Amino acid sequence: MLQIENLHVTIGDREVLKGIHLNIEEGETFILFGPNGSGKTTLLMTIMGFAGYTVTSGRIIFKGVDITAMPTYERARLGIGMSFQRPPTIHGLKTRHLVSMCARGREVDVDCMAKGVNFDAFLDRDINAGFSGGEIKRSELLQLMAQNPNLILFDEPESGVDLENMALIGTTARALLDGATNPSPDACMRDLRRRRKTSGLIITHTGHILDYVNADRGQVMYNGVLCCDTRPIRPRDILDHISKFGYKECIRCLN
Amino acid sequence: MSELSQPLVDLNSYAFSGRQSAEVDDLSTLSAESKRELRMVGVDVDAASDRAGTFLQFDHSTVHCNSSRKGVEVLGIKQALRKYDGLPEYFWKGMDPDKDDFTRTAKQEELHGGYFIRTEKGAKVDEPVQTCLFIKGQNVGQNIHNIVVVEEDSEVHIITGCATSHGVTSALHLGISEFYIKKGGKLTFTMVHNWGEEVMVRPRTVGVVEEGGVLQNNYVLLKKVKSVQSYPTIYLNGPGAVARFNSVIVTPAGSHVDTGNRIVMNAPNTRGEIVSRTITTGGTIVARGEIIGDAVPARGHLECKGLILGGGVIHAIPELQGRKPGVELSHEAAVGKIAQEEIEYLMARGLDEDEATSTIVRGFLNVEIMGLPQELRDSIDQTIAELNAGNAM
Ligand SMILES: Nc1ncnc2c1ncn2[C@@H]1O[C@H](COP(=O)(O)OP(=O)(O)OP(=O)(O)O)[C@@H](O)[C@H]1O
Ligand SMILES: [Mg+2]
Repeated sequence: MLQIENLHVTIGDREVLKGIHLNIEEGETFILFGPNGSGKTTLLMTIMGFAGYTVTSGRIIFKGVDITAMPTYERARLGIGMSFQRPPTIHGLKTRHLVSMCARGREVDVDCMAKGVNFDAFLDRDINAGFSGGEIKRSELLQLMAQNPNLILFDEPESGVDLENMALIGTTARALLDGATNPSPDACMRDLRRRRKTSGLIITHTGHILDYVNADRGQVMYNGVLCCDTRPIRPRDILDHISKFGYKECIRCLN
Repeated sequence: MSELSQPLVDLNSYAFSGRQSAEVDDLSTLSAESKRELRMVGVDVDAASDRAGTFLQFDHSTVHCNSSRKGVEVLGIKQALRKYDGLPEYFWKGMDPDKDDFTRTAKQEELHGGYFIRTEKGAKVDEPVQTCLFIKGQNVGQNIHNIVVVEEDSEVHIITGCATSHGVTSALHLGISEFYIKKGGKLTFTMVHNWGEEVMVRPRTVGVVEEGGVLQNNYVLLKKVKSVQSYPTIYLNGPGAVARFNSVIVTPAGSHVDTGNRIVMNAPNTRGEIVSRTITTGGTIVARGEIIGDAVPARGHLECKGLILGGGVIHAIPELQGRKPGVELSHEAAVGKIAQEEIEYLMARGLDEDEATSTIVRGFLNVEIMGLPQELRDSIDQTIAELNAGNAM
């Protein structure tokens, strides 16, 4: 689904990603760990193709297409969806309108989908205007549901989310990824489940999301490179390792 | 000439007489072209049955005037002056004829028409009254006088479209408007301008709102015009009176628009709000606003937001004048550009740059909040879409 080959990225004149290699198969969910400032968000932003993230060498291949120089909207139309951590407020743009635009002409029941993430009361508010941390997450998931991407990029799904909302966000993320979630009374959830499997790239510090999604593999980003890539490692084991030994073990492993 | 200096009007280059039109009894006989032009400014003659009344002025003649609902009277101003002995309480009562050259000219020149709209006491008129001041001839000078009287506890929405027909590039529109909102009355007044490219527009508007009355005023100008200069003033003279102005203005290159609103709060518990959203794609906008607080408690807020897309000048001049201890006045002004972050957010959802831009612009202009009829919203939407397609951004 996604292949990243020797990706080097600079922001301004600073090299932030220093040779990333990453493969995510169809239906696979990949977990990215790593200390603050190591370049995780940068990787997601680069995959999405935002301005300011300059690829100096390497390639990004998605569904067999080299998207390294493709504009963001074409990547989105090709099937990459991203959940933003701090999305901008757009005044005068109703959440409902944005969600329906995400579907790009496909027939979607916005009200039904919004109920699924307990967000129906927000549909007539301007997008992101005064949304709390947990509300932003639900709004982003709702947009992704309408967008129906084949690869989901999710930056810290658990940040700023209370326990109850974590369960909602976790199950929704899982429904988006593989459809094997708890039965939901909502028809639109059933609709989600009928889809083929979706790939995921999720950044997490706490690992709470691992309680909900079936994560296949994980790696640690450290100072712009991915460590421990010699063999597939279960994300849980990485998390246990980091909590016992911290990230400094990764430096050792890199050498 | 600096971008900010306003084009001057040479009164001698316009014909103030000689452009008479015959009455149009049956609106369905209007040409498809005229109907389309009227629809662009909110006047839908095919939907006339969904309107409480329709008034049309072509050049120097009132050609159609009708009210189909109880509770609201729609007359040509000349007819009203005859019927009501010169309207001594209203005609040139709110507006001082010596205010400036244009009011003096309006007073001296032959009066071509305009409307007199009056509600009955207590009447809630559900459908809007639609009116259009239309210029069909090149270099026509049009001299209009409108009077609106909203009697006690009544409500009405008036849509006034001002336009020139296709092919008319140059004209002068002088329009005096006087609004009288009595105790507990509510007037929603929506004005849409769609002028020819060399047209000069000098409206002069004044309103008086009595106790508990509400004026909600909407103004939409999206197309090129040589020059508009206007500064409607509303006096909140009764306790609890409210005035709200919402303006949406776009100036392409060659447009000069100097406009704003003034609210004078003369009574306790009054509120005034002025919100303008302006976009220039090459023209000049002077976005004014003034709230004067001369009674307490009184609250006023002024908001001028402008976007410069590609080129042009926006000069925001918000003014506040507190004249009593205890008044609460505030303003917010910003002139900037579309945030790249917002464009990227929408592009990440699959919108291309043009779609993202027009979505943001539509949200910024926020015409939604004006509560306009569907056909008018559609026509405004279309204009915004064309604005973007023209790649002015
Ligand atoms: N717009 C920017 N301008 C300058 N430096 C930037 C910019 N964005 C990111 N960086 C820098 O790039 C490095 C990687 O940042 P990035 O946001 O990718 O880290 P991260 O791994 O997501 O960290 P965190 O866990 O704190 O979210 C940091 O040193 C950061 O300061
Ligand atoms: Mg980050």
